[in-house]
Amino acid sequence: MPPRKVVTGMLLAAGSLAGSLLVRRRAARRRERVDLYAEDGSMLSLADGTPEAGRLLAIAHELLGPA
Amino acid sequence: MLGPMDAHEAIAELTDISPQVRDVVVIGADGTVVASNVDAEARVRALADGARRLGEGADEVRAAHGLGPAAQLEAATVAGSVFLVREGGRTIVATTTPEPTVGLVFYDLKTCLRAIEEPKKPARRTRKADDAAA
Repeated sequence: MPPRKVVTGMLLAAGSLAGSLLVRRRAARRRERVDLYAEDGSMLSLADGTPEAGRLLAIAHELLGPA
Repeated sequence: MLGPMDAHEAIAELTDISPQVRDVVVIGADGTVVASNVDAEARVRALADGARRLGEGADEVRAAHGLGPAAQLEAATVAGSVFLVREGGRTIVATTTPEPTVGLVFYDLKTCLRAIEEPKKPARRTRKADDAAA
């Protein structure tokens, strides 16, 4: 295989990998969650999908809905 | 740091400096609504009620994990976030645009809450004043 084709193939592969990482990172950021902070700054984070987060996120959706 | 100001003025200042913040309701220690930037009364009541339920729910979750009550929270959804901050018995609840700058929003909400002056307590009647009035 000519070296130019190999380089092009490698660049394409690297590009798609970087693209998929960016999309995953953005999707992760958009995931729903609830962060509960204490007075001392410590945090308890509840990820979407847990019953605890679900209950609080339902209230949040209710409050954001009719805005 | 802002000096003590009227609650409506403080909320106006908050939404001015923090364009991510949309609806804001300040709730007093007795649970009554102190001020809001929302005109519709039903919406203000819904926000205040939602804030109470969110706060209670957050405390229950933290208690289940053996932790103390929540001082502040962010519920992040794809439609936006709901922030709640409690301080000195008072609560401020705000909705924001999606993916807000969390630290800044918390800072601005606390600044707003602290800037709102405490309602003045009615002057205590003294025995002397009562006697003079009689």
